[in-house]
Amino acid sequence: MAREDYLGVGVIRNDAAEKVTGAARYAGDLKFAGMLYAKLLRSKHAHARIVRIDTRKAQDLPGVKAVVTGKDFPNRMGLYLKDRTPYAVDKVRYYGEAVAGVAAESLEIAEEAARLIEVEYEELPPVLDLREAIKPGACLVHPDLDTYEIGAAFFPIPNTNISNHFRVRKGDIEKGFAEADLVFEREYYVPHIQHSPIEPHAAIALYDRNDKLTIWASSQSPFAMRNILSHSLGFPMNKVRVIGPYVGGGFGGKAGLNVEATLVPLAMKCRNVPIRLVCTREEEFRDTFVRQGMLCRLKTGVKHDGRFTAQEFEMYWDAGAYTEYGVNVTRAAGYSSSGVYDIPNMKTDSYCVYTNKPVGGPLRGFGHSENHWAMEQHIDQIAHELGIDPVQLRRINLQRDGSTNATGQVLRNPGIEQCLERAAELIGWQEVSGPGVIGPGVKKVRAKGIACMTKAPAMPNDAASSAIVKLNDDGTVYLSIGAQELGQGSFTVLAQILANELGVRYEDVRVQPIDTDYSAYEWQTVASRITYSCGRAVIAAAKDARHQVLEHAARYFGVPVEDIDIAESKVFVKSDPERCVHISTFSLGVTLPDFSGYGGPVVGRGTFIPEGITAMNPETGQSEKPVANWTYGAQAVEIELDVETGKIDVLKVAAVYDAGRVINPVTAATQVEGGVVQGISIGLLEEMKFSEQGKLLNPSYVDYKISTAADIPDELLVDFVEVPQEDGPYGARGIGEHVMVPTPPAIANALYHAAGIRVRTLPMTSEKVYWALKERVSASLR
Amino acid sequence: MLHTIKMTVNGELVKAEVFSQMRLLDFLREELDLIGAKEGCGKGECGACTVLVDGEPVNSCLMLAVEADGKEVLTVEGLGEGDRLDAIQQSIVDNSALQCGYCTPGIVMSAKGLLLRNTNPTRDEVVEAISGNLCRCTGYARVIDAIMQVSASSDSQDEGSER
Repeated sequence: MAREDYLGVGVIRNDAAEKVTGAARYAGDLKFAGMLYAKLLRSKHAHARIVRIDTRKAQDLPGVKAVVTGKDFPNRMGLYLKDRTPYAVDKVRYYGEAVAGVAAESLEIAEEAARLIEVEYEELPPVLDLREAIKPGACLVHPDLDTYEIGAAFFPIPNTNISNHFRVRKGDIEKGFAEADLVFEREYYVPHIQHSPIEPHAAIALYDRNDKLTIWASSQSPFAMRNILSHSLGFPMNKVRVIGPYVGGGFGGKAGLNVEATLVPLAMKCRNVPIRLVCTREEEFRDTFVRQGMLCRLKTGVKHDGRFTAQEFEMYWDAGAYTEYGVNVTRAAGYSSSGVYDIPNMKTDSYCVYTNKPVGGPLRGFGHSENHWAMEQHIDQIAHELGIDPVQLRRINLQRDGSTNATGQVLRNPGIEQCLERAAELIGWQEVSGPGVIGPGVKKVRAKGIACMTKAPAMPNDAASSAIVKLNDDGTVYLSIGAQELGQGSFTVLAQILANELGVRYEDVRVQPIDTDYSAYEWQTVASRITYSCGRAVIAAAKDARHQVLEHAARYFGVPVEDIDIAESKVFVKSDPERCVHISTFSLGVTLPDFSGYGGPVVGRGTFIPEGITAMNPETGQSEKPVANWTYGAQAVEIELDVETGKIDVLKVAAVYDAGRVINPVTAATQVEGGVVQGISIGLLEEMKFSEQGKLLNPSYVDYKISTAADIPDELLVDFVEVPQEDGPYGARGIGEHVMVPTPPAIANALYHAAGIRVRTLPMTSEKVYWALKERVSASLR
Repeated sequence: MLHTIKMTVNGELVKAEVFSQMRLLDFLREELDLIGAKEGCGKGECGACTVLVDGEPVNSCLMLAVEADGKEVLTVEGLGEGDRLDAIQQSIVDNSALQCGYCTPGIVMSAKGLLLRNTNPTRDEVVEAISGNLCRCTGYARVIDAIMQVSASSDSQDEGSER
């Protein structure tokens, strides 16, 4: 029977002391005797044929141990689509792509050697404009796309730049629009942005004399990395080992396999010597995953009373030079394209488009931040067109028990209504309709805005978790998992779950660092799935261990198993609680009164796969259960707009999420707080800017701003709704990514309420807002 | 060119021969194995490498090791006494004011520098002191709260000693 000693308790993070003292080691902090340093030579063209590479001068430089190019490792790799090589082979496809790599005795020598490599290019026309890229006859970024290996859930269109076309066809779209009293259509745009973890990607690779490749990496995905490397190398998995120290922030950018791949051919040439690569901030901005740009057209049919009758949604993703991971972002944005609303007739087309830009990939929100930017402004604007309050229009169309979403899935008790009402209450929502008007002489104006969101974990249907629990001689406990601690607090929450379920003290649980040779398997630390999925595995492993302790104790006390309980690491007889011993009595088995032994060391195992997820119909996207679960949330903001400069200050935010069950209220709240500020940053500041030749112009914190301590709201109210997730641990579901999704559209909606203007392209910079205000004033004078 | 330098690092005298171009950050991390100071950008933009030099916070990626000759350097490893955390560190732990932890040593040192010169800062002064320390995880509010609480508690200690 589950106890609840540690549920809903804000225990101190179990990684805090290590991190606050500077003792925590990250991949780039590791150092080995004889270690070499790697430097990559990167392309200066967005699209070009490599005519010739001359590495002789680099190779001859004293201290250089190896120089590699694309020809040294031409095997394609990737998570969902194998379209990528560690180094460019024959052709470069974005400005910054790795062309050659050097390993040397010092970083200075490696950098000097990289400069000595001569590359002759023949420039090709770069594919940089999304609209051009999808035209018939467009220059192809990957002419061989149809020969690439790809997962069954993805649908490339041969002889185009489209590597995935995801479709939803629900109901009768023509009938739906025919029934509408008003059809409302707009375009929206989201630029490329960067995850910007403060720790740049870092990895160390060693190919030893046992033919084993070991990689220490700043990675969200040690097991997925092992899987991709094993396949591309043709190595058995017991010859590939990935070790994952603490990760200094991920946000999706450290998922899958990334810059680590460039070390593999170098390690092959420098047998038995570890080689370290740490990305510069410039590389971190451009040459790790970036968030794809997205251009979309959204068309909605609505009745006078506010009910939606139809929605047509076309999304074009500026997915960059390789879309091995990005294809799934476009899929996820497609199947979630109803947002939180019940829309009877839908047509969605989400296109993943190759361009000669940096490689698109997962970023916190995974397509949902992008499609909600459109959907949540769109519904707000429709409300104003109809003269209905935006909260009320949402109420009219919200998904409720029995509603269907884009895939036709029948939903049970979605928590969105409670989230919306609570967020509106916390911000002090008052009915509005119609655009804000700025009176003469007004310099600053305040207004409120609101936005909703929903997201499901975007992962393969069989994404699995596992956990191993080992009781030590003294009653302390090791928890072995493959889930990574990126800062989100998973190690803390999983230790809490274990302590709770097994009956031991939280302080006695130690989560082991990840090593694919020893740790229990985990697919990846992505998709806000760890509390939910790994949490279930930990419960199962704890139950297994607990059962073993109970058996040992029943023998020891000579009572039935049912009469034994464990609490705070003490094992006692329920009917006679004075008969009580420390759990360590049973860690390695038990010595019975006659001095004979019984049992053995306590080792619990647990696994989890979410059950019943079925493939979506490839033509219609329909499925009874396309994903593991849906998390809902709503955010309301109050902004102050400086009318003279266009600057938006976010004064107050109310964020409410349906977490199912909050296991640790502090780590849950800190996820929301960080996510909201990241959302504000993306909403107001962040954009990767490219030259006409496709060169990234702002790969530094001077030219690409993120929120600082001076840019946060005065007040941030966080609350949770708890509608239990049927198969979640104690009813819990994930919230980690969701929390930054509705922030930008909520700000955009507040801007409209403040000044009657809409900036439909992110970010809402002062400059854009200023010009939009000017335009509105001159339009009103015309 | 090699230079002989002497400095105090976390209370211990350090003497070393370094090249002119070696950054203080590399000297601390590579020569002294003090890995608490992190490199986030190498250009003085993120603050992850913040240490105190003669009590003032500096981006150690922008300072040469030779520039620290004769000075007192304090890194996150030099805080606290024995197993006891510095009050700032303890407050950050208690307030859950860290997540991935990569920016944390830099923030701790910026806060330490502030409280050394101003034991009773306003919230705005705390914000200013850490506004050069980028953090992508926490959203900053708890970090600011944690530092404010330290100054508040040192206040009450002062009051106590006066009585």
